[in-house]
This record gives sequence, C-alpha cells and structure tokens, in this order.
Amino acid sequence: MPDRSAFWNFLLGRLSLKDIPYDNMILVWTFVLVAALGIAVVAAVTYHRKWGYLWREWFTSVDHKRLGIMYVVLATVMLLRGFADAIMMRSQQAIAFGSNMGYLPPHHYDQIFTAHGAIMIFFVAMAYIVGLMNFAMPLQIGARDVAFPFLNNLSFWMTVSGVVLFMASLFIGDFSHAGWLGYPPVSELRQSPGPGVDYYIWGLQLAGVGTLLTGINFVVTIVKMRAPGMTLMKMPMFSWTTLCTSGLIVVTFPVLTATLFLLSLDRYLGMHFFTNGFGGNVMMYINLIWVWGHPEVYILILPLFGVYSEIVATFSGKRLFGYSSMVYATVSIMILSYLVWLHHFFTMGSGADVNSFFALTTMMISIPTGVKIFNWLFTMYRGRVRFDVPMLWTMGFLFTFTIGGMTGVMLSVAPADFLLHNSLFLVAHFHNVIIGGVVFGVFAAINYWFPKAFGFRLDPFWGKVSFWFWQVGFWVAFGPLYVLGLMGVTRRLSHFTDPSLQIWFIIAAFGAFLILLGILAFVIQVYVSIRRRDTLVAGGDPWNGRTLEWSTSSPPPPYNFAFTPRVGERDAWTDMKRHGYQRPQDGFHPIHMPGNTGAGVILAGLGLVCGFALVWYIWWLAAASLVALIAVAIGHSFNYHRHYHIPAEDVSRMEQAYSRQLAEQGSAS
Amino acid sequence: MSVKFLRALVLPPLAMLLGGCSMVLLNPAGDVALQQRNLMIASVILMLLIIVPVLIAIGVIAWRYRASNKRAEYDEDWDHSTQLELMVWAGPLLIIIALGAMTWIGTHQLDPYRPLSRIAHDHPLPAGVRPLQVEVVSLDWKWLFFYPQYGIATVNQLAAPVDVPIDFKLTSATMMNSFFIPDLAGQIYTMPGMQTVLHAVINKPGNFKGFSANYSGHGFTDMRFRFLGLNEQGFQQWVAKVKAAGGNLDRQAYDTLSRPSRAEPVHYYARYSPDLYQRILNRCVDPGQMCMSQMMAIDARGGHPMRQGSAHGAVSGGELAPAPARAHSTATH
Repeated sequence: MPDRSAFWNFLLGRLSLKDIPYDNMILVWTFVLVAALGIAVVAAVTYHRKWGYLWREWFTSVDHKRLGIMYVVLATVMLLRGFADAIMMRSQQAIAFGSNMGYLPPHHYDQIFTAHGAIMIFFVAMAYIVGLMNFAMPLQIGARDVAFPFLNNLSFWMTVSGVVLFMASLFIGDFSHAGWLGYPPVSELRQSPGPGVDYYIWGLQLAGVGTLLTGINFVVTIVKMRAPGMTLMKMPMFSWTTLCTSGLIVVTFPVLTATLFLLSLDRYLGMHFFTNGFGGNVMMYINLIWVWGHPEVYILILPLFGVYSEIVATFSGKRLFGYSSMVYATVSIMILSYLVWLHHFFTMGSGADVNSFFALTTMMISIPTGVKIFNWLFTMYRGRVRFDVPMLWTMGFLFTFTIGGMTGVMLSVAPADFLLHNSLFLVAHFHNVIIGGVVFGVFAAINYWFPKAFGFRLDPFWGKVSFWFWQVGFWVAFGPLYVLGLMGVTRRLSHFTDPSLQIWFIIAAFGAFLILLGILAFVIQVYVSIRRRDTLVAGGDPWNGRTLEWSTSSPPPPYNFAFTPRVGERDAWTDMKRHGYQRPQDGFHPIHMPGNTGAGVILAGLGLVCGFALVWYIWWLAAASLVALIAVAIGHSFNYHRHYHIPAEDVSRMEQAYSRQLAEQGSAS
Repeated sequence: MSVKFLRALVLPPLAMLLGGCSMVLLNPAGDVALQQRNLMIASVILMLLIIVPVLIAIGVIAWRYRASNKRAEYDEDWDHSTQLELMVWAGPLLIIIALGAMTWIGTHQLDPYRPLSRIAHDHPLPAGVRPLQVEVVSLDWKWLFFYPQYGIATVNQLAAPVDVPIDFKLTSATMMNSFFIPDLAGQIYTMPGMQTVLHAVINKPGNFKGFSANYSGHGFTDMRFRFLGLNEQGFQQWVAKVKAAGGNLDRQAYDTLSRPSRAEPVHYYARYSPDLYQRILNRCVDPGQMCMSQMMAIDARGGHPMRQGSAHGAVSGGELAPAPARAHSTATH
C-alpha cells in the first residue's frame, strides 16, 4: 500500500499517481497516439450525431450478424495492438547485441512478449473466430438467430471488458511479465507483487465468461435450430467445425477459469496451490493450464478448417470431396486434442512411458489433419478453380500449414523435443500454424463473407497485395527463426552476446516489416472498398455459393429468412438453384424477433469496474460493483419486453426489394 | 521471372548464411544430443515421403483445374471415391505407425533418467566406469554446480572430462528454469523442491554454451554459463585450479550468492557444506525451516512427529531422507 492516510488507502486501494508511467517515453507517446485516435473517433461520432444510432443499432443489438461484425472489428483493432508488440520485439532482438542493450529493458521487454501472446490468442484469434462463427453459422443452418441472442450480446461486451482491462494496464500500472500463460512461480505474489498479473487474471476471467457463454450458445443453436431436413450429416462443414469448436470451448474454458481462480487465491488470500512451499506445486498449474491450452489451439484452427472447406468447394465449383471423412476427421481432432497436453512439457521429467503416450497421441492428430489436406486437394481435382482472393489465401494456407504441420510432428517426437523445446524453432512452428492456419483463414473468410455482410465486395487488387505481403513476409520473418532454433537459440531473450546470430534477427525484423505492409494493405483494402462500394456491388450470391447464407440478400434482412428453408441435400443452396428455386412473392407472416437491450453493456461495464477494483485492491468498489452486477442481472430477468414482431408488410417490402434487385441483375447480365 | 533466375538469386546468399552459422542442434558434440538429432532427422525424412508429393500435387492440381483451362475434365458432383478415401486415411496412418514406433523406442532409450548404455556410437560403456556426479542448482539468475566426488563447487562454469558419463541431479532455489547445453544433450527443467535427473556424455573437448531455456524473470537473459569439455588431464588440472582458488560455500556464503543478480561472473569454491544441495532441494537452508523430506516423512506416518530429533528447528544433515528420484513423485505426497 502507498504511504498515505488510511482514508486514501481505503478509497484508492494501492493505486497512486506513481503507477502512471509518465517517465516511460514509449508509453507516453503510445498514450498520446491512442488518446488522439480516441478523441478523433469520439469527435467524429459526435459531429455526425451517430451516438444514438450506434447505441440503438449496434451496441445493444442482439442480431448475430451485427455481433459477428463487431467481434471482427474488435479483433482487427487488437491485431494492430498485438502486432505493435511484435514489431517492438523484433526490432529489440535485431539490435540488442554485445554492448548495445537495445531500447527495451528486460522488465519492459518481458511485458511485451506476455502481452503479445495473450492478446493475439485471446483477443485477436478468439475474437476473429467467434465473430466469423457468429456471422455465418446461423445463416448456414437456416436459423433466425442464435439460441440465446441476449447472451450473445453479453458475451461480446464481456470480451470488450477484458480488452479494456488489458489496454488499461498500458497506462495505469504495468502488465504481467510472466509469459502468455502466466506460469508460476513467476506469476506468484512473491515474484510479481505488482498489478500486472492481476490485470492478466481479471482480463481473462471477464473475457472467459463471454467465451464460455458463446460456446454454450452455439452448441444449443446447432443442436436445436437447424432448418427442417438439415440432419447433422447434411450440415455445411463450417457449421460442423463450429459445433466441434463450441464443444471444446464448453469443456475446456471452465478449466482455464478454475486454474486462474486458484492462482488468484494464491495471490489474494495467501493460499498455496502453486507456490514453492507449503505443499504448492507449479507442475499442477502447468498441467491444468495446458489441459485448457492445447484444446484451445484446436478451438482456434477448427473453424478455419471449416472456412477452407467452404471456400475450396465454392471456388472449385464442386461438392466437397469426402464430406463424411471430413466430419470424422474433425470429430477425431476434437477428441484427440484433449489427450495431448503433456507434449508442452516433455522436459519436466514425467518419464518415458508418459512421454511416449503423449508423443503418440500428438502424432495421431496429424492423421485426420492429413486427411483434410488430401480432401481439399481432391475437391480441386476435376473442378474449375477460380483464384479469387479467398482462394488465394486458401492456397497460401495449404502450402504454409503443411510445412508447419511437419515441424509440429518433429516437435512431437519426444527425444527431439528435448532439443527443440523453448527454442525459436518452436516459436517459428506455432506461428507457422497459427499465422498459416488461423490468420490466413481469417483473411480468407473476411474476403469471402464481406460481400454477404455489407452488400459489396472487398477490392481484389489490395486483397492480393495484402496476401502476397503476408505470404512472403511470413517466411522472411519466421524462416530465420527456424534456423536460429537449430542454432540452439531459445525464446524470450532480450539481449544476445553471439554476434553471428544478428544477421538472422535482422532478416526476421525485415519480414515483420513486410507483414506490417500486409496489414496496412488490408486496411487500405477496406477503405478503398468502402469508397468504391458502388462499383463492387455484390448481390446475394457473388461467388456462386453452395450453402444457405448465399440464398439471402446482402446484407441479409434482420430476420435472415422470411420462410424457414427446407433442406433436402448437403449443399442446400446449390440444390435449390438446380431445382429452379423461386422466391416467394407473397403470403408473408409477421416475424417474431428478439429485442435489443442495453443490459449486456451495463453488466459487462460493471464487470469491468469490478475487475479494475480487484486489480488495485479497491475493496469497496469491487464489492459495490459485484452487488450492482447481480442486481442488474436479476432486474434484467424481469424485463418482459424483450421481443417484438416485424409486421408482415415490412417483411414483404424487404423481400420484394431483394427480388427486384435480383431481377435487375438477371436482366443486366 | 524464371525459376532458374530466382534460384540463382536466392540460393547462394542462403548457402553463405547457412554456411556461416553453426547449427549446433544438427552437429552436437555429445552422444545423447547426437541420438536426439538422428531421431529428428529420421522423422523429417519419413514425413517428407508424404509431404513432398502432397505439396507438388497441390500446385499441379490447382494449376491443371484452373477455371480458364476448359480442356480439363469438370465433374461438379464427383465427391466420393472409396479407394481414394482409404488411401488418404491409410497413407498418413502408415507413416505415423512407423514414426510412432521410432518415437516409442527413442523416448525410452533417451529417457534422461536412464543411465547411459554407451559412450558413443562405436564406443560401449567400459566396465567399472565411474560417472561424474554433478548437482545443479538454478539460482536467480545464475547456475551453481556441486561436484560431490571432489568436494568443490562452481558458479556459471561447468567442466567434465571427455567420454566419461555425467550424472546430473538438478533442482532450483526459487524459479523454474531449464538446464540446456545444446552440444551435450536435450534440456531438462529445474524446479524448486523437486529433483530432476539427466544423464549425458561429452565426446569432444571444447568450450560450449549453456543457459536456461525457460523464462524465469528479469535476469533470465543473462543466465548463461560455459561448459568445458576437457581431457582427463585437463579436467584434473581444472579441479586443482578450483581447489587452489580457495573459498568455502557455507550457509552464509550461499545466502549472499542466492540473492538475485544478473550476469554473475564465474566463482570457484574449494569447499562447501556437504548437505547444502540436499537442503536447497528440501527447502531448508534456513536453520529455522523444516526440510520437505522430513515433513513428508511425518505426513507418511499420519502426521505424528518423529520419535527422535525435533519436529521444529534445525535438522542435521544425517537426518535428511533421500531426495525423491522423480520430479512428479514429490507431488503425490
């Protein structure tokens, strides 16, 4: 506690002016930049009088499509933050040799690699996949919305609360320096007495609530709300992977919550789950965190496997090869992913039998993954492959991810892992699969579904520029890390003594710069496309799609489908098109819809206040916000005005507008 | 731009770069690291059997069936072939069976807890060989080595005679680190209150890099040491040099040494308190603390204090129970 009167300590906990890092020029300038951007955005929204619109139409929206878009926007903003961390690490490692200590002292560098990992996984990759699943899955299964639309809104705002807490740590206090998984003993109170690890814990706990609710929501949606005729084995692949990912979320995220809760008991109440003494054991934490952590990487990659399946089939103009194999492969990956966690610490001394078991289960995952690669290959076989931007990303994925898979199997050979563990080879491997698999997939999916979400395509020229900078930049950035790993260089070092390594770090930094250009090209792509949206008009079905989302207008009406589609075949929309599907012109009914509510914003806001108060030991505020949170949740359950009907005339008007648009397109072409 | 031109542009600088660096993992100086490397290379070759054809097929098929190639066959509804599906499951399965068998055997043969059965590929273990015992402690942020056979201790410098098996026992004072000499053998974690084991041998004389491979706090970057592979005579001279340097690592000296420090220089100690390693391992360097081994012994008897000796206060070295052999066995108590 700071040295001041008891009253101030009661009021502010351990927070004091000393916690504002105004002596760190990097952070001051970051703050100035973020504040300037924030003021500019607020001013622009105020000037255009859009606050009411944003609040009514977006922040309080329970529409799965709008929430999906907001998730993707959030993830893109956080990608910029996480990438800024990456650039700082790459430039530090490129210059910090010999007498040059670089520009980041260890206590700052350590926070940066922790923030980079945690943000990229939790708030970039997770937010992207939840956004994509939110947007596309209900449309694909012919549903009006998800099963619990309000929970969906709450999930999003809980994720935002986690983000805000992480970002606040930049300017108030500091962030965890314990690595992205917060291993004890580094994350214990004795080694990390400051607020950093607490920011990490409460940020993840807040966002974790959102993720868990999302998982439950999607499982129920898929199980209960598929269109009539759509049996599980007629479901689009992306919806299958969404189901498997959601199942993984439901089973594993509680483990993360419990593990972080035990760590917070150690830190707040002096317990000894993971401390060095009094019966605590770090090995328990490391096992628990990876029991969540390994399924987590499959949570990230599975939805993108679904995206690639949709894109390969669509852009080859063909049914997906080996659909049942694909489903079985996805399900076996889901099950096997629970059984491999120990491969993250072969070097902890578990013994040869245990290590062999986990090495074999890990290798087994490469079988269904290999099957998927083959099936995509055979989907292109006898097809008519169009290399539009989504397909380009998919091709990049096939080449890049296959190499990443190979280095992954190398790491699963336990004796080899004793050499490669914690090395830059490992760092290169997981970026190889996460960038080559998840990030490439996200960009493929954004280019694929953007016209559905907004009614116009993304500019293909800047899309290709972005793709090539990412593709080349990835190999220039991470090829050298593979080499350095084989040279015996390990991760998380902020300074080097051996000058022969420097050239590789300089090349890697140049690669990161190329990736930066790739990200900028994506931002330009979005900007240019918005400016030229009149020339990029997409219509409902710009790619000759095969699944139900392409049967609606772009953007789809709030109710998605005026009449619930009846599904006969696997590629439902292709089937409908073949059989000369006629859009209904009359006979519309009023549609029952969930109403918007501000409760999600308020609950998540109170959660944020509670988290911040706990970080700074402001007990009265933590208690007050927790009580308020429970009160609002109970109060919201008495809100009976949570739905409304779209009148039949409005439905008719929207449907006829789209029919007219289709007719115009038909006569124009 | 032709492929040849690209190759001419890219390959020579790449070869120069790769030639200029020493990939220690591919060319280590110790037999254990060498066997681990062999497994790594074998696994790559095995996987390339399937990955190279797949990568080529992706390129060829995507190009052949491009939309503009109207001569290529097009069959929108072709989505199943039992033979092909059997092949796509069986191909990877066969590779993984082979790799899995290799891994199972390799994991057991190269288990760091298993005493060595050979010095090098063509050099079986001589009868009656006496391995070098080394007890390793990771401190914040430096490495402490005890040589119980010689009664000496060193900081941030480790030495061993060439072609003699080394038995490492490892623990940590506070943080979790990973003991790694890439030239010698794969790494192993060091954890407070627990002991891990590593068996290795160095086959070539030299001055090698050693460091912590697991992040352990702000001083972690500088947690480096040198590992000297010496011939028998050189090793004896080195031991004599350490002894000649004087110095005694008793409890007070250890208290000073164990305080966090960065980029610690090399220290030599001619003597050390004989039970110091056991006390660090059992977390009772402070005379006021009960040793974990003793606490576990009490727990094992249902919580009754020992009949003899005191349940609180100092425990003499003789009463220390043998340390648990495997890291995880402490956790089960």
